[in-house]
Amino acid sequence: MTGLHHSLLPRFALPALALLAAFPLVMQAIDQPFYIVLASRILIFALAASSLNLLIGFGGMVSFGHAAFFGTGAYTVGILMVHGVDSAWIAWPAAVLVSALVALLIGAISLHTRGVYFIMITLAFAQMIYYVFVSLKAYGGDDGLTLASRSQVGLGVDLESDIVFYYVVLAIVAAMLVLLGRLVNARFGRVLQAIRENETRAEAVGFPVYRYKLACFVIGGAAAGLAGVLIVNQNGLASPNLLHWAQSGMLMIMVILGGVGFLYGGVLGAVVLLLLEETLSDYTIHWQLGVGLVLLASVLFAPNGLLSLARRRAAGG
Amino acid sequence: MRLTRRLAAILAAACMTGGVQAADQVKVGFLSTLSGPSAVIGLDIRDAFALAVKLNGGKLGGLPAQVVVADDQMNPDVAKQLVEKLLKRDRVDLVTGIVFTNVMLAVAPTVFESKTFLISANSTPAAYSGEGCSPWFFSTSWQNDGVHEAGGKFMQDRGYQNVALVAPNYPAGKDALTGFKRFYKGTVIDEVYTKLGQLDYAAELAQIRAARPDAMYVFLPGGMGVNFVKQYVASGLNKTIPLVGPGFSADEDLIKAVGEPMVGMYNTSQWAHDLDNAANKRFVTEFQKAYGRLPTLYASQGYDAAQLIDAAIRDVKGRLEDSDALRKALRAANFKSVRGDFKLNVNGVPIQSYYLRQVVKEPTGRITNKLQSTVLSAHPDAYASACKLK
Amino acid sequence: MDWILLLEQTLNGLQFGLMLFLLAAGLTLVFGIMDMINLAHGSLYMVGAYLAATLIAYTGSFTLAVLGALAGTAVFGALLEVSLLRTLYQRDHLTQVLATFALILILNEGTRMIWGSQALLLNAPEALSGPVELFPGLTYPAYRLLIIGVGLAVAVALYLLVAHTRVGMLVRAGASNREMALTMGVNVKRLFTAVFAAGAALSALAGALLGPLLAVQVGMGESILILAFVVIVIGGIGSIRGALVGALLVGFVDTVGRTLLPMSLRTVLPPAVASNLGPALASILIYVLMAAVLLWRPQGLFPARG
Repeated sequence: MTGLHHSLLPRFALPALALLAAFPLVMQAIDQPFYIVLASRILIFALAASSLNLLIGFGGMVSFGHAAFFGTGAYTVGILMVHGVDSAWIAWPAAVLVSALVALLIGAISLHTRGVYFIMITLAFAQMIYYVFVSLKAYGGDDGLTLASRSQVGLGVDLESDIVFYYVVLAIVAAMLVLLGRLVNARFGRVLQAIRENETRAEAVGFPVYRYKLACFVIGGAAAGLAGVLIVNQNGLASPNLLHWAQSGMLMIMVILGGVGFLYGGVLGAVVLLLLEETLSDYTIHWQLGVGLVLLASVLFAPNGLLSLARRRAAGG
Repeated sequence: MRLTRRLAAILAAACMTGGVQAADQVKVGFLSTLSGPSAVIGLDIRDAFALAVKLNGGKLGGLPAQVVVADDQMNPDVAKQLVEKLLKRDRVDLVTGIVFTNVMLAVAPTVFESKTFLISANSTPAAYSGEGCSPWFFSTSWQNDGVHEAGGKFMQDRGYQNVALVAPNYPAGKDALTGFKRFYKGTVIDEVYTKLGQLDYAAELAQIRAARPDAMYVFLPGGMGVNFVKQYVASGLNKTIPLVGPGFSADEDLIKAVGEPMVGMYNTSQWAHDLDNAANKRFVTEFQKAYGRLPTLYASQGYDAAQLIDAAIRDVKGRLEDSDALRKALRAANFKSVRGDFKLNVNGVPIQSYYLRQVVKEPTGRITNKLQSTVLSAHPDAYASACKLK
Repeated sequence: MDWILLLEQTLNGLQFGLMLFLLAAGLTLVFGIMDMINLAHGSLYMVGAYLAATLIAYTGSFTLAVLGALAGTAVFGALLEVSLLRTLYQRDHLTQVLATFALILILNEGTRMIWGSQALLLNAPEALSGPVELFPGLTYPAYRLLIIGVGLAVAVALYLLVAHTRVGMLVRAGASNREMALTMGVNVKRLFTAVFAAGAALSALAGALLGPLLAVQVGMGESILILAFVVIVIGGIGSIRGALVGALLVGFVDTVGRTLLPMSLRTVLPPAVASNLGPALASILIYVLMAAVLLWRPQGLFPARG
């Protein structure tokens, strides 16, 4: 079980950040620009997974519909661009706001249920949004909505450049992780964890459980929306695949793999899963078998996620 | 004296080639769906493409060919990532494959921006056939509406007064039926849109039965089509309401999955394995020898894609860097297609004939498609006139 | 109103519902008794269909193929349970999700490596391959009548088993209060293996029976798995009765909704809007149904736990 305090700066955090900052320059020097693109994608999914980790790991709410917010953020940017709004200063906050509102709506209804019922009802809402977007011809439908260009930032920042985009993503993801760390270590986070451990007791003590959970759900949804904003810019297109339950499932797998309730659980899970997919698919079309075996191994040998291994070693050593 | 003259001759020769050296190999990025329920399609195209390269001695246009294969998992997000890898890491000279339109729309802009040619072996969306046509885009299949237009023409000519239409509820489904209606002028008494990925069609079949059309045209790609045809036969509707579909809904992969119940189904396609020309005969024979099965129309498209690339590179004598010359060579399509007459329009989309096929049971017991007639000859796509390229 | 059409759609709803019931029954039992979320349940369904397709190619007999698929998948399920899944009972739901998801990937890819990517041939027996005339004016596919028959028979058999036998009593005890059952000395390990194998057999039955109507291909389990989860959530986890009622509800609402909704919308809205809205609404109807049920009864209609 994870402790109540989550260090934002474990030993690896600052070196990792430095490495990530230097990464694109190194890649450019050795003329391997593709890996900058890959790194951006991994960072974006790290954010999406971390936003889900807030819900699952800290709020104790297993949502199987998180892709809904991820996709909503992406589609908001896309739809605004179709109607002529391509400024990041307007579109990005708007997308986060819309995702938050959708999360508010879905959360308000779903949080009246518990356990597997909660899982299923969040799935149901995500599926509804998916089917609506698949059939909407005006916004691409199953083909997806193509962006005319990446969002415009101005101030000499041109997102079309892969390197510039990478640094923007890195800055946003790092900032969000800092926010997440502050949140879980503050009173809000501690109350959430108390609720997660024993909801009845928390209620008895007098905490407005429903309100805390809803707030957590909305924050997680908004963060996922932000990740959606970044992914649509990365890909140049918003596709209903982003809303599909398979996408929700993948995010969940990342969180569980990395370590539920660990601050960097979502990040680690995203990095490991995406890198695994990337390397295995280079070798064989049966790469899914490899991924399955690795996941199974992690269940058997790292029962609480990969980060729990680190803690175990630290505790034993 | 003689040495300097020889040296001068060598230098002069080097200068004359303009410093543009012919490449020593050609790298092709093959991006297709190789996993998941629709993997059969991507695998067929890949097998045919590989066969063409093999029959060419491992070369395309005289250059040793290296084909980098990538699996897009039918996911535009993944596909975008992969095409970046093909372009930026593997530095491919051409990109080909691309089965599904949502993948195509995700990757094409990136390919075009990097000034790389995209030879589509399947998806040919309206977005790149009309106003949005690109000088980097070529297709060896058919504009997405093509087979449906032929379907409409066939049903019109056949004299079916009123028909029922079925397609999944997404833009490609709607586009398919729009293409159909471009050539079918009778009455559409029922237009049914099903859920994407729907499994059970009993309700829709009952509805169609109640509407009593003369025939029905069904666009249900992949597993949806398999489900529908199986259920259509089980309901007995095959005895009263003929089923017509696009060629890919009645090809070898479906025949293998459904079998005898499919006999009698009409379908329209730009290719049939019994088309009578030398290139096709060789293709079908070699494919059967190499893989132990008959090729589908997808395979024919993949084979032609390789042939097109081969012919174009040969025409520019291996000078891949000269994009304008390569483009001209690609447009000229100087090869013998397995479908017979093959010409490319200004938008890079084929002008070709569409045939009527019927699923029959041969005397040997084998169930396969038999070529029946030509429905549309030398048919350009409906969007080419809007393309501003010359 | 076309009464024949309405009757036919009712039969369709019944048949679709019973198809879902076969799948949901095993899932709800495993979930209710062992408290395990088994995402690989759909993969067992796929294994059943693949075994049936392979056996029918060898033996030519549909009945043998179905029985063989049942037995084979039950054995496979039991082996899986004993070797791997047993270790998951004590773990939390999330770990179960991860492990069974990994299992889906392994089983899907493994199936593809053995049988290839091409969808397999599995057709109904000759005798049942066409329609029957139920009464003048209404013909219905014979094969679907078989499914209705088998579905009802299984429902009755399961009811008798669970409500009137000792084994059934153990199952019910385990579902409503596992700790108590344990303390009472029930051989839990054997019971669990048996329940899992039974669930696997039911999925295989669904897979083999649905083979002639649906594509037998890799990944066929995932699409129907979601529907099965919707059913057991509506019905209440751990309850066979809930699974039946939930399945029938979903079957009817989906079937009738798919046809009636677009039709009725067309009478009140302009055709362009109706043809867009109708199918879109129909797709999400079962999810709306589930949300509605959960808001009214947050634990489903017939929750097994008290």
